[in-house]
Amino acid sequence: MTASNTNQKLSGGLVLLRLFIGWHFLYEGIVKVYNPDWTSFGYLASAQGPFKSLFAWLTAESILPWVDTLNWLALLFVGITFILGIFDRAGAVVGMGLLALYYLAHPSFPGLDQLNAEGNYWLVNKNLIELAACWVLFLQPTGTYIGLARLLKPKTSTTKTELS
Amino acid sequence: MSWTRREALLGMGGIPILGAVWWAGASATVGKKRERDALLETLNIQPSLPPAVAAISGEPVKVGVIGFGIRGEQLCRALGYATQEWLAEMEEATALAKAENRPFTALEDFNNQDKLNVRIVGICDIYDYRAEKAIRSFATDEQPIKRYRTFQEMIASGDVEAVVVATPDHWHAPIAMEALRNNVHAYVEKPMTHTLSETYELREVALNSKAILQVGHQHRQTLSFKTAQDIISKGILGHVSLITTNTNRNDDNGAWNYEIRPDATPETIDWAQFLGNAPQIPFNKNHFFRWRKWWAYGSGLSGDLLTHDYDRLNCVLKMGIPNSVMASGGIYTHRDARNVPDVFQANFEFPDFSTGGSQQPGKEKGMTFVYSATLGNTLNRPTVLMGHDASMELGNRLTIWPDGRSTRYFTQLEEGKMAPQTPIYQYDPASSALDGVSSATSQYFADKGLMWTYIDGKRVDSTFLHMREWLSAIRNNGPVSCGIQQGFEEAISAHMAGLSWKLGRRIEWDAEAQRVVPVDEIDLDAALLDSPPGIGNFAPDVVT
Repeated sequence: MTASNTNQKLSGGLVLLRLFIGWHFLYEGIVKVYNPDWTSFGYLASAQGPFKSLFAWLTAESILPWVDTLNWLALLFVGITFILGIFDRAGAVVGMGLLALYYLAHPSFPGLDQLNAEGNYWLVNKNLIELAACWVLFLQPTGTYIGLARLLKPKTSTTKTELS
Repeated sequence: MSWTRREALLGMGGIPILGAVWWAGASATVGKKRERDALLETLNIQPSLPPAVAAISGEPVKVGVIGFGIRGEQLCRALGYATQEWLAEMEEATALAKAENRPFTALEDFNNQDKLNVRIVGICDIYDYRAEKAIRSFATDEQPIKRYRTFQEMIASGDVEAVVVATPDHWHAPIAMEALRNNVHAYVEKPMTHTLSETYELREVALNSKAILQVGHQHRQTLSFKTAQDIISKGILGHVSLITTNTNRNDDNGAWNYEIRPDATPETIDWAQFLGNAPQIPFNKNHFFRWRKWWAYGSGLSGDLLTHDYDRLNCVLKMGIPNSVMASGGIYTHRDARNVPDVFQANFEFPDFSTGGSQQPGKEKGMTFVYSATLGNTLNRPTVLMGHDASMELGNRLTIWPDGRSTRYFTQLEEGKMAPQTPIYQYDPASSALDGVSSATSQYFADKGLMWTYIDGKRVDSTFLHMREWLSAIRNNGPVSCGIQQGFEEAISAHMAGLSWKLGRRIEWDAEAQRVVPVDEIDLDAALLDSPPGIGNFAPDVVT
């Protein structure tokens, strides 16, 4: 197997990873946008771990609406950039930020209650894994391989059109 | 710019995916919301609004406090008066909570409480320490507080317009009657009375008095209970045939084993006045501080905690006094010389009561109200109203589940629009409030909606609202939520339960005669107060 072949396969896999993460973020964002009753209050109020007081502070009446709006905006941004394959590095950074906040609000540290967790975790949980995946997508953006960024990148000198 | 088909596909392939995910999320969310809205529209439940109370205008209401123990202090805080000791304790607790990163809002709640147009001008407590504590904390040079040795002196002084009665149960009615006969307004803790004859007499006195009586069932101010009234009146539960209410506590404080102070002596306590009409026994600290454990002064679970649950439901259903009561139980968890039961079950029968029904007329009528209590376990058993069409859990939150065999919701259940395990309605006025609760006992009361209610998402002490209503009624001659009729029903029901336990008999109510039906030749009041030989009076003075 040649190196370029391996790279192509890897890029294909990364695109799939990008699509799935984008899918996940977009759906979460859309559900919140279309549900006027949604609020992050419960998630923040039940926060645990070293940053508990910071998250509790975010539930203040004057702050909570901003937190809610920023949350769904960020979710949509990651979803759209990842699915469309454009500005996906920026999307990866925002995604990592969001996931870090989610992780720190309910860290899977020993001794803390695992709220609303469907599995069993020790230190590493799904938020952290998704964060790591975003890191990979930041290091190796794939929008120029499959995505809108491909159409916007400057054309190389050798194109099919010129040859034909 | 032109692209090949391959380029376009690789570049824009994400667009249809984006559209699909967007559509799926939006349609699922909007669809679910539409279904819920349609359901709520059918149910048409109106979450209640905070009660409007006329202003307490003019000069501050001059209040005398009779009894400054645990509850007396709480009532004073509702009036805006906290002791120095409490403030110091709360500051410490707030600092500790802050250090441990958990919410604790008792002090903040107290400071944020609206100021009532009221002035405490007198204190009557037969224990020097308590009377002095009140004066030390509340009196100022401009607004002194006078100590009265007896409640008669306070009421006759002409200096108090209203009294707050937070004494042991056996003093509730005598003090309330003395106040009402002198047209002094009275706020009386529950149970309203200690015997049947007192209950009959107090009603007469109250009806003939110009003064306003409020019985201390503060949960009548809880907004969720007002919403529950709307739910019942709209027949959402259908015919309610069974109600279960419970008390579950498992600690010394919950079992009324309060602190015994070492400075309590016959010199610092007017023991004869404490005893009043109770059996004349020598000075006994155990009895003084832990009076709830003896029938001579208290009424055990039936008067102390059943009354909360009974009145909560009477507030929602207005079912009145039961036709009959049967009770059982015993002293099983705290064999410490008390003579009131610590495990207690009472079944109240309401054969003629109905919340309406969805089936053919005449099929459904009658209801049993069950009260089940233990002071030896804390499993949180909720209050549940069980109807043919739905069940409702009643507390500060309300939750309604449809019944799988409901007539009213037959179609919705068939079509899968409702499922028995899925609530069709939830009312949680606290959904955007962060609570800090201090102890197991206060959590017990809070869950039942007995401590506070929520107005616009803000926690408000329901005792504050209840006392505000009473003070407003004093100034505006308005109605109160828990007046003599509600207090009468509460006291009679509690005494019927206590009597049933003591006599091991079914106790019946004669609605026409407005009297408990006589049982053989038994003097029912004597039976209610009776301390079985061998326990009670021999309670050790010093508790280890």
